[in-house]
Amino acid sequence: MADEKKLAAYICKGCGLGDRLDTPQLMTIAEREGKCQVVKEHDFLCSAEGVAMIRADIESDGVTHVAICACSRRAKVEAFNFNNVAVSRGNLREGVIWSQPDTEERREVTQEMADDYVRMACAEIKAMRVPEPNPNHGSNKRILIVGGGISGMTAALESAKAGYEVLLVEKTGVLGGWAAKLYKRVPDVEPFDGPVDTGIDALIDVVNGNSKISVHLNSTLSRTSGAPGQFSVDISQESGATITENIGAIIQASGSEVFDATKLDNLGYGKSPDVIDQVQLEELAKAANGGAIKRPSDGKEVTSVAFVQCAGQRNPFDDNMLDYCSGHCCNTAMKQAMYFKDANPEVDTNILYHDLRTPGNGEDFYRSAQQKGVTFTKGFVKDVVVNGSLNVNFKDAILDEVTSMEADLVVLATGQVPNSGVDIEAAAAPVEDEKGDEQTVAAKEEGVSVLNLTYRQGKDLPHLSHGFADSHFICFPYESRRTGIYPCGPVRRPMDISQAIEDATGAALKAIQAVENAELGRAAHPRSGDLSFPSFRKEGCTQCKRCTVECPFGAIDEDEERYPQFNEGRCRRCGTCMGACPVRVISFDNYSVETVGSQLKAVDVPDEFEEKPRVLVLACENDAYPALDMAGMNRREYSAFVRVIPVRCLGSVNTIWVSDAMNSGYDAVLLMGCKRGDEYQCHFVKGSEIAHTRMSKIGDTLEQLNLEAERVQTFEIAITDVDRVPQLIDEAVKMVDEIGMSPFKF
Amino acid sequence: MTDVVATNETILVVGGGISGMTAAIEAAECGKNIILLEKSPALGGRVSQLYKYFPKLCFPTCGLEINQRRMKANQRITVLTMAQVEKIEGETGNYNATVKIASRYVNENCTACGACSETVEAEIDNPFNYNMNKIKAAYLPHNMAHPQRYVIDPSIIGTADADKAKEACNYGAIDLDMQEETLNLNVGAIIWATGWKPYDAAKIQPYGYDRYDNVITSVEFERMMDKFGPTGGKLLRPSDGKEAKNIAFIQCAGSRDRNHLTHCSRICCMASLKQATYISEQYGEDAEDAKATIYYIDIRAIDRFEDFFKMVRDKKTVEFVKSKVANIVENQENGNPILHGVNTEGYHRYANEHDLVVLAIGMEPNANIGEVTSGVSTDASGFIQVHEDNGGIFGAGCASNALDVNRAVQNSTASALRAIQVVNKVSGAEA
Repeated sequence: MADEKKLAAYICKGCGLGDRLDTPQLMTIAEREGKCQVVKEHDFLCSAEGVAMIRADIESDGVTHVAICACSRRAKVEAFNFNNVAVSRGNLREGVIWSQPDTEERREVTQEMADDYVRMACAEIKAMRVPEPNPNHGSNKRILIVGGGISGMTAALESAKAGYEVLLVEKTGVLGGWAAKLYKRVPDVEPFDGPVDTGIDALIDVVNGNSKISVHLNSTLSRTSGAPGQFSVDISQESGATITENIGAIIQASGSEVFDATKLDNLGYGKSPDVIDQVQLEELAKAANGGAIKRPSDGKEVTSVAFVQCAGQRNPFDDNMLDYCSGHCCNTAMKQAMYFKDANPEVDTNILYHDLRTPGNGEDFYRSAQQKGVTFTKGFVKDVVVNGSLNVNFKDAILDEVTSMEADLVVLATGQVPNSGVDIEAAAAPVEDEKGDEQTVAAKEEGVSVLNLTYRQGKDLPHLSHGFADSHFICFPYESRRTGIYPCGPVRRPMDISQAIEDATGAALKAIQAVENAELGRAAHPRSGDLSFPSFRKEGCTQCKRCTVECPFGAIDEDEERYPQFNEGRCRRCGTCMGACPVRVISFDNYSVETVGSQLKAVDVPDEFEEKPRVLVLACENDAYPALDMAGMNRREYSAFVRVIPVRCLGSVNTIWVSDAMNSGYDAVLLMGCKRGDEYQCHFVKGSEIAHTRMSKIGDTLEQLNLEAERVQTFEIAITDVDRVPQLIDEAVKMVDEIGMSPFKF
Repeated sequence: MTDVVATNETILVVGGGISGMTAAIEAAECGKNIILLEKSPALGGRVSQLYKYFPKLCFPTCGLEINQRRMKANQRITVLTMAQVEKIEGETGNYNATVKIASRYVNENCTACGACSETVEAEIDNPFNYNMNKIKAAYLPHNMAHPQRYVIDPSIIGTADADKAKEACNYGAIDLDMQEETLNLNVGAIIWATGWKPYDAAKIQPYGYDRYDNVITSVEFERMMDKFGPTGGKLLRPSDGKEAKNIAFIQCAGSRDRNHLTHCSRICCMASLKQATYISEQYGEDAEDAKATIYYIDIRAIDRFEDFFKMVRDKKTVEFVKSKVANIVENQENGNPILHGVNTEGYHRYANEHDLVVLAIGMEPNANIGEVTSGVSTDASGFIQVHEDNGGIFGAGCASNALDVNRAVQNSTASALRAIQVVNKVSGAEA
């Protein structure tokens, strides 16, 4: 069916389009220039009748490609939602009549804008194919969980409860992780009056007893390859045996380690057995089992205990310490103080803190601790002196004095360090030498990998701040940069048990979603449901590897012949590979070098004597394009000399579009993408960053054409830049006015 | 009549803020059929009223755009706005929800062309801006409103204004006779994501929110930064419209307090740190006369938010005072609020005058599920607790606890799975 194209264009006359524009002229353009076999206009295209008219043409007249020349692609989406046809939207409303004043002198240029948007919409569909699902999809729906702590077990159980088979791999000989080492846990439901049972033994029993869950203890992943719906993993067992399993999606619940307290010798750790961390206190509490807790050095019952919060944490000044707060330690210290108080209210328990961080119902627990007589002192501990006794020296922040406290036992609240495997970006970063980069990468990798991915970009999930395998998204906490692999629990960010349980349950949903979408051969977030996927013409490929390096999601490997190997199931459809390809062999059915290139070439560029410059804007569809829409909605006016083409991501912008535009006589090209850098707001993570880098090198091309560098500009645009985007457009037109029209107008 | 197909394999999501949208989209993208109810005319909830998110200082509408696009493309989600649940009966896997849909007076023919709004003269308080300014009585709730459809305020029904609006519409979209509807939906599981509301600041008597113009809440302050907000994106204080430069933030306003909310509302420390950055955004990093003073008990910038705390702490324009402010009086001459209290670090009394006071207002649940069904476990603050007795009804987001956006999304995603478990059991898919 892909070859049997029938193009149709529909021109809407509603919302004032019919009053402001010469729609018969638009129809003529669609027919003659756009080569549409069916061209119709309608007074109210998004109405039930209008949509029915289009639907009838699709169903009875064999229309396969539909150009809707009406409002923005963001408006009336539900009305113009046709299955199995290619659709483009000519934005005549927000993009033309709403952004242009209704005046006599602007009538002509407004009409020219509309004419061009119709040409562009027709050119776009002409170059599009109707996307069909990825044929190389997998349909394995089994979920692999790495890690048998509370996060991993929760994810396993919740997946199983939804009807999915689970394989759980745990590197130690037992399930339970850190939670199993606790005497009791902090409560997460009312009443918040004291430590509660961890429930971990019961959870282990349920996991072991669930017929959908198979548990591999003493096992690690020695190889992970494939894509959602078709992962293949090697599970290496302690015995030396390796088994290979097929998997649909992966949840990485590899947890955290405790910060190495031996770095805290100023706090007495290692100098006295009575200076311990919070984990060791749990061991003592377990041994006491509700009775008096005894100190390690001589078994004496503890009569006074000092809890030193933020030990080795919240310290950005020392590379050996943690910058961040581990979140759980304030509640944990209160719980541990209660171990003492509940056994013997006479025990002196002091919590020395900077900020007491017990958000939510932690506040109720805090109140309970106060009622039990736990003492809280806002102070900054300087050191712990071990000299027969233990003396904690600190600055009391309330009394504003340096003072000291003696204790039988000192408990250091050290933090969580993520067990997130190899830092692949640090390993890959300084390579940049000409020969054999793979070897250099391999040599530089440090640490033990958790996943041992065979991906070209490295063995583990990319890390973000402080080594956590996080997504760094606020709105989308699970979106890692490896499709079908979802981190959860403290490997993702510091967290306590109740948050880890929520997190693991959510991750289970994402894993299930990944396998369900993989089976249908369609994309995961953020282009959920998109059927298009990248394909490439092997004959033209020069094996330059840019696509494999630049893919923000590590979706592209290399085959034995060193050609790129697209793992479509791992692809998020941003098009960064397409933007990267110097020989332009990568394309999507409905988004390609051709679909955009033919649009920009379809624009009628007036000759230089008409004094009508043309400025091309390539706008990120998620931020810059909506900002332009909202500018239109609020009737912010901007130059009629601009032509806007939405792109999936600025990363998908191929420099050929820029040189084509220049060769076609455009006077300027503006690229509008999202904020880049560490605090990026690009929904494809790196696309905007990459585009900026690419465009910084476009100067040579412009020089060859003998054109001024300022004719091509790249901007970081936020969706809220409703006033700024029109300004930038007007400034570009002004700039053209100053430096003169392009000499490339024919 | 609203035509909705629902079965006991359908999941009903109540509340169309970030939590409800997330739960709906995530479940729909697993292949489930969803009905999403929203009480107001548009989705987005409180996050759509935020200027920026912490800790990235990015714009909430960016994520909203992604979510709305996912939603528009997904034919498994039915969105019903202006809809409220009146009653829930039944049991896990088989609930009957009675839903009342208020009259919008605008039908799906609306193209959002705005002709009605242009002609209508009456104005109403703008709820999107916490009533700090006016909006035409025929309005699009905000720039990102989804559905992108106008609303006619009931106050003008029966007036000449309403008739003018109807006349102005070329598409037959205005139906002044539209009646309230009641739907009965049979669903398998219910996600209750009705969100939060700011604690009533007037109840905190010593702070004088009800008496002093220049004492406002954090949610109101947030709207001031929006270019489309009540002050056009400037920090103008209510009493005299002057630019507020010396701004105090009072933490735990209504939270961590036996007289008000006993819980810690979690978001307020980070929200004030974020809002402190608005001052340097407005007036520059080196502004001599612009200053944020944060009066706090503990700065609860947990986990990696510590980085954000450090960034804000290092700003020249931000100062911290460890103190629960005792009371506020007004300087009669200039309308400045004067804060009284004791800085507990060193125990110094103070009487500090500021241009504007922002109360970091606490968070309480927006809707009481106990009013529509019995047997769902809630805690002392009214948040829905995870409990076996809740059956196939699951709290999500701030209906379940005081959460920031990231945690609300996490929790909603988890709740979506819990609901899927129920409907999979109904369909036999889990067997």
